[in-house]
Amino acid sequence: MSLWNNYGMNRRHFMQHMATAAATVPAMNFLSHLQANADVVKSKQKACILMWMGGGPPTIDIWDLKPESKNGGEFRPIDTAAPGVQISEHMPETAKVFNDLSLVRSMSTREADHGRGRYYMQTSYVPNPTVVHPTYGSVVSYELGKNRKALEIPAFVSVDGGAGQAGFLGMTHAPFVVDNTGRIRNAPTEEGKQRLGARLTMLDEIESGFIKSGRGELPKAHQDVYVNAKNLMTSRQMAAFDVSKADAGLGLEAESQAMKDQYGTNGFGQGLLMARRLVQVGVPFVEVNMGGWDLHAGVFDTLKNQRLPQLDKGISAITADLKARGMLDNTVLVWMGEFGRTPRINQDVGRDHWAASWSVMMGGGGLKNGQAVGATDKDGIQIADGSKAYLPGDIWATVAMAMGIPVNTVHTSKRGRPMKLANGGTPIQELIG
Amino acid sequence: MQSGFPCFRFISCLGLAWLLSGADLLVSADEAPAAETPAAETPAETSEVAGAEVPLGEFIDQQIRQGWQDNEITASEIASDEEWVRRIYLDLVGRIPTLEEARAFLDDESPRKRSVLIESLLENEDYVRNFTTIWSNNCIGRGAPMRVSRTGMEKFFREAFAKNRPWNEIVVDIVTASGHYEENGAVNYTLAQMQNADEGVQLTAMTTRLFLGLQVQCTQCHNHPFNKWQQDQFWEYNSFFRQVGKIDHRKVDPKTGRMVDDFSEVVWQEFSGPVYYEKRSGVMQVAFPRFEGMEVDAGVGVDRRVEFGKLLTHSVDDSASQLAQAMVNRTWSHFFGYGFTRPVDDMGPHNPASHPELLQRLSKEFVAAKYDVKQLIRWIVASEAYSLTSQYGEKNKIDDPAAGEMPLFSHMYLKSMQAEQMYDSLIVASNAHKSGKGGWGAQEEQRRRWMQQFVVAFENDENDESTTFNGTIPQALMMMNSELMDKACSVERGSFLFESMSTPGSENQKIQDLYMAALSRKPTKTEISRVQKMLSRYGNQKLNGYQDLFWALLNSNEFVFIH
Repeated sequence: MSLWNNYGMNRRHFMQHMATAAATVPAMNFLSHLQANADVVKSKQKACILMWMGGGPPTIDIWDLKPESKNGGEFRPIDTAAPGVQISEHMPETAKVFNDLSLVRSMSTREADHGRGRYYMQTSYVPNPTVVHPTYGSVVSYELGKNRKALEIPAFVSVDGGAGQAGFLGMTHAPFVVDNTGRIRNAPTEEGKQRLGARLTMLDEIESGFIKSGRGELPKAHQDVYVNAKNLMTSRQMAAFDVSKADAGLGLEAESQAMKDQYGTNGFGQGLLMARRLVQVGVPFVEVNMGGWDLHAGVFDTLKNQRLPQLDKGISAITADLKARGMLDNTVLVWMGEFGRTPRINQDVGRDHWAASWSVMMGGGGLKNGQAVGATDKDGIQIADGSKAYLPGDIWATVAMAMGIPVNTVHTSKRGRPMKLANGGTPIQELIG
Repeated sequence: MQSGFPCFRFISCLGLAWLLSGADLLVSADEAPAAETPAAETPAETSEVAGAEVPLGEFIDQQIRQGWQDNEITASEIASDEEWVRRIYLDLVGRIPTLEEARAFLDDESPRKRSVLIESLLENEDYVRNFTTIWSNNCIGRGAPMRVSRTGMEKFFREAFAKNRPWNEIVVDIVTASGHYEENGAVNYTLAQMQNADEGVQLTAMTTRLFLGLQVQCTQCHNHPFNKWQQDQFWEYNSFFRQVGKIDHRKVDPKTGRMVDDFSEVVWQEFSGPVYYEKRSGVMQVAFPRFEGMEVDAGVGVDRRVEFGKLLTHSVDDSASQLAQAMVNRTWSHFFGYGFTRPVDDMGPHNPASHPELLQRLSKEFVAAKYDVKQLIRWIVASEAYSLTSQYGEKNKIDDPAAGEMPLFSHMYLKSMQAEQMYDSLIVASNAHKSGKGGWGAQEEQRRRWMQQFVVAFENDENDESTTFNGTIPQALMMMNSELMDKACSVERGSFLFESMSTPGSENQKIQDLYMAALSRKPTKTEISRVQKMLSRYGNQKLNGYQDLFWALLNSNEFVFIH
């Protein structure tokens, strides 16, 4: 891309990212005041946790089994807590909480390339050389981040991610990436913080001359960014990233081994546990990545022995945990990858890319859960007759509705082009009731 | 800009009078002992353009001054040598000057030292490296697109800039390239634009935008909303790129016996006749290869990219070729932070240039100089506008393109360092380039790793601002705490701090060294006394104090911005 032009900037670019993350001393006071009715406020704060399955999960083996078909594969379906909804036998714990979850079994999304599929599912738009669309986490950050005055952490956190783009909403809404242990790249260590304090004091002195030199607002904005970065690093809300830390004021406890085990002692499970903590302190959008789904070979062994046990633990734990804390109705869960996988089993006992008929899972968020919306035909190769086909925009419009973001919201691209939220998708009627 | 001021003739008469007297002031007010009037620096004029009465250097300054007059502003003063030397190094060779380079320039009393330095930097190997980086990024991005060889792309540009090949030849090589991605590195541009099987849509959009400064991609789907371009224009351009094929070769890895990726190549594939596209109404249309009204034989066996290459230097009416205009606009923008249009790659009737006559004249001279990139750069950096300070005040505060105003170039605009400039400057400031560790290969590898961190953390905005330092927490953390910054402030043997600390000298002298190494200037008396006060708090931990001072200088706004 043209990285060479107009790299002049303005203060807005500097400052927007900080608007939601600004932690000042008065804010801290405000925060402690806020804790008095923290439970009330928090329980009403909407959030979304996206479980992103990079590579494209074989939903035919997880959510929409075809035991009677030659495409059915090795797994059997089992009943769930939701009457009439069956899922894979390797998801037994998830089956128990399925009255709080739902399936959309008639996704038909036409993009079967990893990059294009990811872009389409995360933005609701197909890639286009004229514009970069924001991923949904950036949209939520843009829409809800500004109202979270007490939030000191960026409004869009991605655990183990990094590929998502904020597009025309500006990089202030780009994902704040951490790994599943809560490590933030280049964050200072505890002992490093003291040294950093001394250095920043010196920087403050050094920078003041250039700020007063009559060169516009940028030199001051540079200083503000450093102050804000330091404030974030010293924010007590950072405890949300560290599962071993307790902060009663924030409603965070040090997570017990039992709790860690419940989520699963793997990257995905620990990422979800951290996501719950982030939602507790008010982060409106957390994305947790789980990779390794591009199963062109040996699909059943990999699913049975590796992917599904982790997935089952993670999904069941976050669902039950949020519910027990009274947070589930305000936290919408979305599980998806860039596409599904071919119903036909290939010569390597794998499944290839397939976008024509596959499933997305949703849950919580006050949706009418415990159901499977839409259906595929008996071999899973197309959407069943009479079943409505859904696009990513419909999923995200449903999320918008669950989060209280007006579905008819229109954003404006940098070239002044109107862009409908979720590409003008429609909330899924069955789920919003 | 030239319109909208009904009484500007009157103003400009007045303006001219004070501007002329102001021009004297500019020079005499300059603290730098050896500052000269820019006109004196202008290299030999090449007025090969027919009808051009005013020499180019003068013409540039006149046109820019006209804008100041029309808008009733007074330009800022000429930049001091300290400000200018840092700027010219960053803009031309992509890094700050070393301590020795800065001192040598500042101590030089020759009145022609600025033009001498420009010439010497244009011959510096870092000039080649800098422009190779810039154009490789433009062509293939900073990420790692699949099946693209950055090594191949860089090799192509390194040779091109080292030989100062004419720009039109470089672009023709790129847009017509075929073959192995390391044997003919130019193909990597095409490979990078072929990530999707999209019938050359991305390649079409990028080629017109990058090399012609035209954003025809909107017309992929509909007629342009703001200008006369029709939908067929996109597909006419696209039809030039339908004969592009690629082969991703595979080979057996002898160790594992498995197939692994080998090289990729661009090949010609048969395509003739029109391309088909759909109107919004659903009606199918055809488009034949056509370049600014010039028809190309759509028959069998014609290599359309070769034809496209031949038409690149074509010009319509009395204008310079679009190829030249696009390069002039982009190059101007490189030095000033803003081009004549905004964005620089969206030229056309819907987006008038801020200084249309200047853009035309420069473009024509560029054509007349046989697309000589170094010559174009010389003209720009020798201009009065380029020599101005970035400080501004009441008398030209409306010249603020960051606030959305049209640039008037009455002062230098702050530019944020690009990631590569930041890396290379930190290396230079901390002497890491001299410690001799690892050699060229290892250093390139380290630079790539640092860049990769950038790409992951920051490749998330539209086009142009993703890798500048523009104020996100991850960026600030990277500057504050990264391994690179640690190294830059290390006191191990061979580092700048080690050298400076182990050389005898007063505290005052050491503070001056640190300022000179990081900011290419001497600290003021006030600054020295403030720093001394801060250092005194460190007691017998003085070394820590110097480390923290150097850290603060390298993290300062003055370091991060090109000014």
